[in-house]
Amino acid sequence: MSNAFIAFQKNDESRCIVEAILEDNPNAMVDDQPSMVKIDVPNRLVIKRETVEEKMGRSFDLQELQLHLITISGNLDETDDEFTLSWNS
Amino acid sequence: MDMKVAKKLGLKERYSLMTRDLAWDTTYQPMDKVFPQTTYEGIKIHDWDKWEDPFRLTMDAYWKYQSEKERKLYAILDGFNQNNGHLSVTDARYINVLKLFLGSTPPLELMAARGFSMMGRQMNGAGPRVACQMQAVDEYRHFQTQIHSISNYNKYYNGMDEFAHQQSRMWYLSDGKSFFDDAITAGPFEFMVAIGFAFEYVLTNILFVPFISGAAYNGDMAAMTVGFSAQSDEARHMTLGLECIKFMLEQDPDNLPIVQRWIDKWTWRGTRKLASVGMMMDYMLPKRIMSFKEAWEMYVEENGGALFKDLARYGITIPKCFSQTIEEKEHVSHQSWIGFYMKPQATPFHTWIPTPDEMDWLSEKYPNTFDKYYRPVLEFFDAQEKAGNRFDNKTAPMNCQVCVSTMKFNEPGDPMEMCFRESIYNGEKFHTCSDHCKEIFDNEPEKYSQTFISSHQVLQGNCEPDGVDVNAPDFEPGRHMLDYWKLDKRALGDFNGSEDQKNFAAWREQATKN
Repeated sequence: MSNAFIAFQKNDESRCIVEAILEDNPNAMVDDQPSMVKIDVPNRLVIKRETVEEKMGRSFDLQELQLHLITISGNLDETDDEFTLSWNS
Repeated sequence: MDMKVAKKLGLKERYSLMTRDLAWDTTYQPMDKVFPQTTYEGIKIHDWDKWEDPFRLTMDAYWKYQSEKERKLYAILDGFNQNNGHLSVTDARYINVLKLFLGSTPPLELMAARGFSMMGRQMNGAGPRVACQMQAVDEYRHFQTQIHSISNYNKYYNGMDEFAHQQSRMWYLSDGKSFFDDAITAGPFEFMVAIGFAFEYVLTNILFVPFISGAAYNGDMAAMTVGFSAQSDEARHMTLGLECIKFMLEQDPDNLPIVQRWIDKWTWRGTRKLASVGMMMDYMLPKRIMSFKEAWEMYVEENGGALFKDLARYGITIPKCFSQTIEEKEHVSHQSWIGFYMKPQATPFHTWIPTPDEMDWLSEKYPNTFDKYYRPVLEFFDAQEKAGNRFDNKTAPMNCQVCVSTMKFNEPGDPMEMCFRESIYNGEKFHTCSDHCKEIFDNEPEKYSQTFISSHQVLQGNCEPDGVDVNAPDFEPGRHMLDYWKLDKRALGDFNGSEDQKNFAAWREQATKN
């Protein structure tokens, strides 16, 4: 099974996004590196708008992820509510 | 209140309205005459509408987020520059990595901008056209922001001002130039595999992720903000490359062998290009976060492996070169650094022998190779340098006809033997650095027999500054190489004793005392 991953620049907003990912992906593994953070999840990684909003305490558009993203791995699907990375293997 | 509030459109709806619904099929001229480039490579496409950008990014949202990124980036750059940030990097040796980056990367970003502008015109479908246009603008942004971020260093340190002149002339910049020249002169689908897959998916993940994290670790906020800001676009670029590969494979089974050949070819070309990035990570960052080998395992072996496994459902197999790249990950960074150290009169950046601590770090990270093959060479050079006999290879290098890297890689399975391959084309002999480059040459000999290799051309009198008479009886090829390259002599040779080293020490002293 391959890992889907995403990496963010470290800042206050991405801290909330990472918290949301950890809550919605129980198998997530966090790799803390200088000025960036990388999160791996076996096979499928999902970011849910609602959870991010809860952590941030404000409404959040998933396209705002563009501002903090560093890299991704996996087939992407983005809707209004979910940002999903997955491998078919 | 009876005021009606229009419901905000959903992402899917907005994407479809603002991309495909704004496009039309031409009627004055048939579509295949308007888009003549997308058929000659043999790729068969039946329904262009099947291509959708999974980010579903529309032009209005694109401008909104990109302008926000730029504002953040330039605020950080201003802060860094106003606060004399260049003096907060770990060690002045670090600045040499920026000199190498400046020569090798922004000019390629500009080539990518050109390439994706062409793709934005040549692709038939509205989905890929819009995504390619966005990528073209991104690449132009990267080209500019990289130069802006380094321009502050250029006020203080030597060897940065002629990078644009050097791009098409310097021996060690020709591997990157040839990568993009090769891609942009191929057809549009091959370009997408070359840049969207090999360059974005394989290369930028190593250059802009662990290397830039390393730049941050060394106190360079300018490189950090530029690198990560660029990489935030690359996530979109990788997706475009991956979608293009899946799209071709889903459209027609006849596309499989063509796509497979491109994946094989460009995985190898990307690997060769990474040798110098390996050296930047292992030798040029004074503080290191991970070795090139570890980065390779994370971003190429695991991540690339995941992609190939995913594509297996279409019949794609792991590229033939993959096993050789795994063997080479323990060698190439050392071979590159030693190669550069041996040519102190031919680069606008300094080199040095790693300190004993740094050598121990390399031993620990490369237990199979460093002590056995590379430490003895470096210690020998160190002893020679201290005895006043600094090694200086004055001969022009020999370069591979395909990847244009200097010949320095070893025979598979035998690190003590240099690897050379040759092919005959039109009665002429051409040299390549590996089985994989030879295979690429043999597939398209007409193309690669025309490669411009400056270190070979100089022998024919084709690399001389203005005013040199190549027909004069006393003409000696290569004598004016430094002028031809416009090399700043203060930037040559060893870091120890350099003007940069002295200035940095003096300025840092001033910054901490009255």
